[in-house]
Formats: sequence, structure tokens, C-alpha cells
Amino acid sequence: MILIHCPYCDQTLPELEFAYAGEGHIARPTDPSALSDEDWERYLFIRDNPRGRHHERWRHIHGCGRFFNAVRDTVTDKFEMTYKAGEPRQ
Amino acid sequence: MTRFSAFSLFAKALGNNKTWPELWPDASPKPAYDAIIVGGGGHGLGAAYYLAKKYGITNVAVIEKGWLGGGNTGRNTTIVRSNYLYDESAHLYDHAVKLWDGLSQDLNFNVMYSKRGVMMLAHNVHDVQSFQRHIHANRLNGVDNEWLTPEQAKEYCPPLSIDPGARHPILGAALQRRGGTARHDSVAWGYARAAAALGVDIIQNCAVTGIRRGPDGAVQGVETERGFIAAKKIGVSAAGNSSVIMKMAGLDFPLESYPLQALVSEPVKPVFPCVVMSNTVHAYISQSDKGELVIGAGTDQFVSYSQRGALHIVEHTLAAITEIFPMFRRMRMLRSWGGIVDVTPDRSPILGKTPVPGLYVNCGWGTGGFKATPGAGDLLAYTMAKDEPHRINAPFNLDRFRRGQLIDEAAAAAVAH
Repeated sequence: MILIHCPYCDQTLPELEFAYAGEGHIARPTDPSALSDEDWERYLFIRDNPRGRHHERWRHIHGCGRFFNAVRDTVTDKFEMTYKAGEPRQ
Repeated sequence: MTRFSAFSLFAKALGNNKTWPELWPDASPKPAYDAIIVGGGGHGLGAAYYLAKKYGITNVAVIEKGWLGGGNTGRNTTIVRSNYLYDESAHLYDHAVKLWDGLSQDLNFNVMYSKRGVMMLAHNVHDVQSFQRHIHANRLNGVDNEWLTPEQAKEYCPPLSIDPGARHPILGAALQRRGGTARHDSVAWGYARAAAALGVDIIQNCAVTGIRRGPDGAVQGVETERGFIAAKKIGVSAAGNSSVIMKMAGLDFPLESYPLQALVSEPVKPVFPCVVMSNTVHAYISQSDKGELVIGAGTDQFVSYSQRGALHIVEHTLAAITEIFPMFRRMRMLRSWGGIVDVTPDRSPILGKTPVPGLYVNCGWGTGGFKATPGAGDLLAYTMAKDEPHRINAPFNLDRFRRGQLIDEAAAAAVAH
């Protein structure tokens, strides 16, 4: 089982306490009605899906309940770091 | 190619079975081909075979980074069915099921397609309503599917526990009798052998590292570990690595890759007559001809290319399996593994042209691509040969995510696919 560090609780805990919440740093459009079809497609559906370093969101559902960001290698599943929501992309 | 028959079997037996030729030659890449297929799984080899057989394009190479059928073709649970809700999906998957019939004769290679029936269990009122809707929709589309009471389900599959006090009670089941299983390795080998006999080059252990495009944007060929190979038409059929390959051509795709696990038990005598799926508890089970129980589990929750999944996913599936089939409680599991499945937002595949001229794609089959192997191969071949999609795969284009015209089997099928 993968161990994940929650930056709010400052504890490293089993994956079962956490829920994956998709790719990180995808900002909701500030002016949705101004968006073209291509921009909507990009926002809703297009994902980076890299083979390697991946920025993603997790939520500590069975703990503090808060969302945070993580950087993980998708080939080894090894976490490089986790950091609080709102902090800049690492 | 030696044609397999009772006579050739007898004749080779006289030679002590030492004179069988190799099934297909291991080719070295030529500098140029009319068409290249990236990915030597069932789908890619099928596309090469149908390009050569139906459309007369025999100067074709299949380029595989590992060994044939070593990706998801060799990692799935071999279930074949076509009981999908939407018209587009029913036509697409039923096209494949029709090709499964007679595939062994067509390829002169036994793919061991066994129409033993696929039964989907309903555990709650929502399941009952949803399956009945599926059954009606399927029958309108000419796809066989029928409703079974718990007693009829038990009669069709005796190991099933229909105890009303069970943790996952059985309220009924939907049965597609034409569904079943096939031998996954044989599908890859059969297509490879038949394609090679028609002149297709099969190049293994040769990863594609880039896609070269000309000044007009059209493809010129692929960069590989064994040098540049030119082709005006490239079909990508790379499953979990599809988005990596498409990025080489400068395209971002609506795909996410997840590990999906499966496992087999120790082999036992024939005890399990059909395929049983349960969407609610997310488990499916059948018995292979070797006697192993073949069990499919769910995907891990996060994007990964690791080809292995977490143990708690498997434990969840086995807990459900042993509730529904108490007789398997003391079975021991032999092996488990993971495959990387490329999942689209609407859980329907992308099969057709791309914005790059000469580049065609067959991806996004997610957790259920094996059943579609012959159909996907045939339709990718059609699309590449005619430079336009067949009417069956036309709805499964890449544009649908921009136009919002999704084929939302994600909502229809919940999880199991």
C-alpha cells in the first residue's frame, strides 16, 4: 500500500485514508460564457496523463478532509512531494 | 505458412512434430511501408490483418515495443459481450461479436471462442431497473439479452448463492447467451500468423520514439529504436500508452491511464459454466479451459503506468466473490497482475481520424477492449484504407468531446465495462 503525506496533518498515512481527485492545477474558468468550444473541451476533458511526473489532487477524506496537491511519478507510483492547496505548482 | 488441418497434424506427427515451421517470421524493419500500425496487441494485429485481407494493403508493418500480445491483450479477463445501452455502442460491440463467430475458421487458428453466456447480477432495485432497460434497448438493436429470475440464474450457474439473506442478495440477472470468452494469446498469435502470411511485417522489441510530420502537417513516418520508418498512414493502437504516442504527434487527448487488475486461482476441474459479472460489487469471474478461475478486479483510483495495482483492490473483489460463490472461499489464488487501461471521459472508445493527416487512432477502450478486438481491428483498417470512418465507428470520433455529443456509457454501465 502506498503511503501519502498529508501536508495539513503533517503525517504519512496509508492510501486508504485518501481519495484521488484528478489532475491538479486545473483552474475553473473565471468567465465561462466567454469560453470557446475548444477551451471547454480542454477544461473538461483533456488531461495531461504523462508517463512520469504528474501533478495531482488528493483529499484526506478519513482525516482532516482537506484537498492538497501532490507530485508523483506515474511509472514508479513514488510520491515526490505533497503541498497545500493554493501553493504554486511545484 | 502451413495450413492447420487434420491432415497437417497427422503428417507432422509422422515427423515427430519436429518439422512445424515458426508461426510467423520475425521481420526487420524496411525503410518504408504503405501503412504502419503502432502497437502489436490484438487490436493492432487485427487492423494489419484486415488491411491486408479486405483492403489489399499488404505493405504494412506492425511495430510493438515489447512482445506480441504482452500488453492488455495478455492481461485481460477475456470476456466477450455486446449488451451495451446506447445504439452506437450496441452496433460497435455487436459488430465485434459477429466477427468473433467464425474467427477461428477465418484465421485458421483456434481462438477458442466459447459462447458460454455472460450473466450480469442485479443486487438491488436500481440494478433491476437498469438491467431491464438495457435488455429492452439491446433487443431493439437486435442484440440478445434476457432477464432471469434468481431461480433461473441459479439454474444457469449452480455455484451462485441466491440466499435472500446474503450480503449481496441476487434479485435477478441479465443473460447474454452469445457472450462468452476466448483465448487471449491465441487471438494475438492467430492474427499475427494470418497477417504475416499476407505479407505484413511484424516487428517486435522496437519502441516508437517519435512521429515525424512534414511541413504540411501530415505524417511522414515514425522514429523508432531501430531507426526511422517512413509511412503515409499511421494507425495508433497503443492502449494505455496512447496519450504518450499522440503527444509525439503534438496532440493532447482526453485520456487517463489507470492500472486494472486481474488474478487467477489454482486450476481445478470444471466447476463454473459461464461468465458472471456484478457491477455493484465490481467483480467478474469465469473459468478458463486450463481450469483456473479468472477474476477481474477494479481499477486503482489514480493515474499510473506501473502495470501493477494495490492489494486492497483485489481483497475487495475477492470478498465479494466469496460472498456470491461461497464454494470458492478456500480457493487459493496463483497470480495477479495489472494492465494499463486508457479511459475516456464517457467510457467509450475513440476510433477514427485525428486532426493530423495520415494519423489514425484506436484508443480509449478503457476496461473493456478485448471483446471488441476483431471489430476494432476491422474498423481501424477500414478507416485507414478509405481515409474516412465506417458508419459504425463514425460516432466514436475525437470531435465528440468538443461538440458535447458524448456516448455516455459511463453513466449507463456505472463501473464494470
